Amino acid sequence: MVERVVTGAHYGLRDWLAQRITAAIMAVYTVILVVVLVGGVPITYPVWKDLFTQGWMRVATLLFAASLAWHAWVGMRDILMDYVKPTGLRLSLEVAALVVIAAYLGWTAQILWR
Amino acid sequence: MANAITRKSRPKYLSLRALLFEIRLPLSGWVSILHRISGLLLFFAVLWILFLLDRSLASESGFESVRRYAALPLVKGALLVLIWAYCHHFCAGIRFLFLDLDKGVDKATARLTSVAVLAVSVGLTAWLGAKLW
Repeated sequence: MVERVVTGAHYGLRDWLAQRITAAIMAVYTVILVVVLVGGVPITYPVWKDLFTQGWMRVATLLFAASLAWHAWVGMRDILMDYVKPTGLRLSLEVAALVVIAAYLGWTAQILWR
Repeated sequence: MANAITRKSRPKYLSLRALLFEIRLPLSGWVSILHRISGLLLFFAVLWILFLLDRSLASESGFESVRRYAALPLVKGALLVLIWAYCHHFCAGIRFLFLDLDKGVDKATARLTSVAVLAVSVGLTAWLGAKLW
């Protein structure tokens, strides 16, 4: 029987797969954003503001932020599992990472729907 | 005991000196560790990026202040490092997706794609830097 640890991996495919799917979503968003930033009209305040007021851009950006949150969580947990061995310290840092990620997400929503 | 004294001392490959000067990472190893370092860097940088996005969308004067702020040499340098981190993470990530599919795992191709990732991410950084400022 495998000995399970509270700060161990989920022993499954889900996070691995999620990291790759969220990466693909962020890659698509990145390409669109770069095309808008360097390909189109010069970015002035009205152009910038209009871009982030459009419904599709708000939803796409929120989707990007949600993908980033999940992706970053898997990545941070991988790093903590590799370098931080004491269970208590690792769990504390994992919780800290989650709190930071949740705060990032909340702030993003606040910026987008002001 | 005479035997023990004449025995050759074995190399200790995990000494700091060995890690710094003797063990050299293959190129794919550099791509891999830079992927991790850039990811960690980007995790913390989100705070700053959100701050800049917030200010730039809040008002016309906020937008202009972000533009002036981003033109400061130190800020510009830091942003270029982050742009590089993003580009490297992006390119190396695509390489890893192909490796997951068993594409490009032989030594010659892996070396070639490692060079490509390192070169393309630096090239993209230069191009974006030139476009944005």
